Amino acid sequence: MTATPAPAAGTDRPLLAVEEVWKRYGDHHVLRGVSLDVAPGEVLCLLGPSGSGKSTLLRCVNRLERIQRGSIRVDGELVGYREQDGRLVERDEADIARHRALTGMVFQHFNLFPHMTVLENLTEAPRRVAGMPAAEAAALAGELLGRVGLADRAHAYPRQLSGGQQQRVAIARALAMRPRLMLFDEPTSALDPELVGDVLRVMRDLAAEGMTMLVVTHEMSFARDVADRLVFMDGGRVLEAGPPARMMADPEHPRTREFLARFR
Amino acid sequence: MAPHTRSGPAAAELPAATGAGGGRELPAEPPRWHAILAVRPSGLPLTVVVLVLAAMGAHLLVTAPSIQWHVVAHYFTSSEVLDGLVRTIELTVLAMAIGVGLGAVLAVMRMARNPVLSGSAGLYIWFFRGAPLLVQILFWFNLASFIPRLSLGVPFGPSFTSWDTNHLVTPFVAAVLGLGLNEAAYMSEIVRAGILSVDAGQGEAAAALGMKRGHVMRRIVLPQAMRVIVPPTGNQMIGMLKSSSLVSVTSMPELLYSVQLVYSRTFQTIPLLVVATLWYLLMTTVLSWGQYYVERHFGRGSARELPPTPLRRTLDRIGAALARLERATARAGLDKHTGEAA
Repeated sequence: MTATPAPAAGTDRPLLAVEEVWKRYGDHHVLRGVSLDVAPGEVLCLLGPSGSGKSTLLRCVNRLERIQRGSIRVDGELVGYREQDGRLVERDEADIARHRALTGMVFQHFNLFPHMTVLENLTEAPRRVAGMPAAEAAALAGELLGRVGLADRAHAYPRQLSGGQQQRVAIARALAMRPRLMLFDEPTSALDPELVGDVLRVMRDLAAEGMTMLVVTHEMSFARDVADRLVFMDGGRVLEAGPPARMMADPEHPRTREFLARFR
Repeated sequence: MAPHTRSGPAAAELPAATGAGGGRELPAEPPRWHAILAVRPSGLPLTVVVLVLAAMGAHLLVTAPSIQWHVVAHYFTSSEVLDGLVRTIELTVLAMAIGVGLGAVLAVMRMARNPVLSGSAGLYIWFFRGAPLLVQILFWFNLASFIPRLSLGVPFGPSFTSWDTNHLVTPFVAAVLGLGLNEAAYMSEIVRAGILSVDAGQGEAAAALGMKRGHVMRRIVLPQAMRVIVPPTGNQMIGMLKSSSLVSVTSMPELLYSVQLVYSRTFQTIPLLVVATLWYLLMTTVLSWGQYYVERHFGRGSARELPPTPLRRTLDRIGAALARLERATARAGLDKHTGEAA
C-alpha cells in the first residue's frame, strides 16, 4: 500500500518511545510520569476514564502541547527538541512542522476544512507542505478516498457529508501525508451509533495493512479485536498494560477492573 | 418509558405527518395548504399614516420648485461633478486598501505573544480610533508645519536623501493617509474578530498536517474568518465613501467639494446637493450589491447549498406567480363548469 511504509525490519527500536512524561496546566498535573512504547506496525489502544490524560498524551506526541519533563521520541528522534552537546535545544517551527507531517492525527470532531472540498482537504498538505505536483496529489487523494469508500464524494463540501463520512475523509487526509504513525483521538465519540461501524472498518483495514497506530477510544470491541496491546490510564499515570484478551478477562489493577466492568 | 409523551390525538390529526402505516410511501407532492393570514386591525391607522407621509414626501420631491430637476439633470453628468466622483472613488479605494492591509497586519500583531508587537498595535488602535477623523485629516494636511522635511536614512544617524514634506504629502496623499490610517484601526478589530471566530481545531488540524503558522493563517484561518470579516467591512466601505466627503474641508475637489464649487458660483444649492446625494446613494447601492457576491463567495461550504442569487430568486418568483395565476384561471374555469352543472 502506498501510504503505509513497511515497518523497519530487523530493528527492535520502538517507533514511538514515551519516557517519564510530565505535563501540567497551571497547578493541575495532567500527566505524571507516563512511559510507553509502540513497536513498528503495532496497534495500541489507550483506555481510561475521561480526564485520565489519554488525549493530552496523544497531543504531546504531535507537539500540539508542550511537556514539562521527560521525553518523547518518534523513530528515535526527539519530539520538539534536538540534542546538542548533551543539552536539549528547542526545535524551530520548520522542524516541528516536518515532524508533524510524518505523524497523522485524527480528531474527535474531524476538523475538516469547511471551505474546501473533500479533494482540496486531501491535497492541500501534500501539495503545499510536501511539494507534490497537483496531478500526483489528486491521484493519491482519489486512491485514498476509494480506500475509505468515498470515491464519489471528492467534490462535496464537508458539511454535505454525514459525521461518519467526514471522519473517514479526515483519516484519508491524514494518510495523504504518508505518515509513519497514526494518532486517533476518540475518532468515533462524536458519531451516531450507526455511523461508528464504517469508521472502525477503515481503521481495522489500516491496522491490517501494518500501520502503526495509537488509538484513544471507548470502543471496547475495537480494542479487543484490533489492538495488539491495551494501556489503561488513570489520573495521569499508566496503571496497566497488556494484551487485550488477558486485560479484558483478568485485569490486575482494581481501577482497571472497575473501569472495564462498566462496558460489560 | 418516557413519562411526558405528547398526547396522541393532536398529532394524529395532522394528515400524512405521522405515518401510521410504518413503511408507507410518501406522497409525491406534499398537500397544499391554503392559509388565510389574520389581519391585525390595530396596525391599520399606522399604515395609513405612513402611506400619507410617503405620498407627501414624493409630492414634495416632484413639485418643490427649489429642487429644479432640470438643473439636477444638467449637473448630474457635468465634467466637474464627474471629476469629483472619480476622486471620491479613488480616495475610498486607496484608503480602504490601506485600512484592510494595515488592519490585517495590526490584527495579527495584536494577537501575537510578543508584548512589544501586541502593545504597539494596541497603542495604534487606541490613538487612531480615539482621535476624531476630521482632526486627523487636518493634521495630515498640515503635516509640513509639524515636520518640514522628510528624510531617508539611518535612524538617529545620517540621512541619505530628503524631501520637502509638502512636495511628498500632497493634499491627496494627506487625505488618503488620514482616511486610511484611521480605517486601519477599525479594520484591525474586525479582522481580529474574524480570526477569533474560527474554531481552534482548524489550526490544530492544519498544524498536525505539517503546515507552518503563516500557511495556516493564509490558507485555513483567514478564508474562514472572511465570512465574519466581510459584512462589517462592507459597512466600513460604505462609511468610508461618505466620510471621504470630510476631506472637502481641505479644499480637495472630491464629490462634495466639487458640487460646493458649482453652487458657490451659481447659487443652485439644493439641486447640487441633490446631485451629490444621488451619486452617493448610487455608489452605496453598487457596493451593497457587490458585497452580496463577495459574501456568497466566502460562504461556500458553510451551507449545504448556496442561496440563489437575487436575479435567480426574482425569476423563480415570477415563475411561481405565473404558475399560480394559471392554476387560479384553471380552477375558475372548473368552478364555472361545475356551477353550470349544478
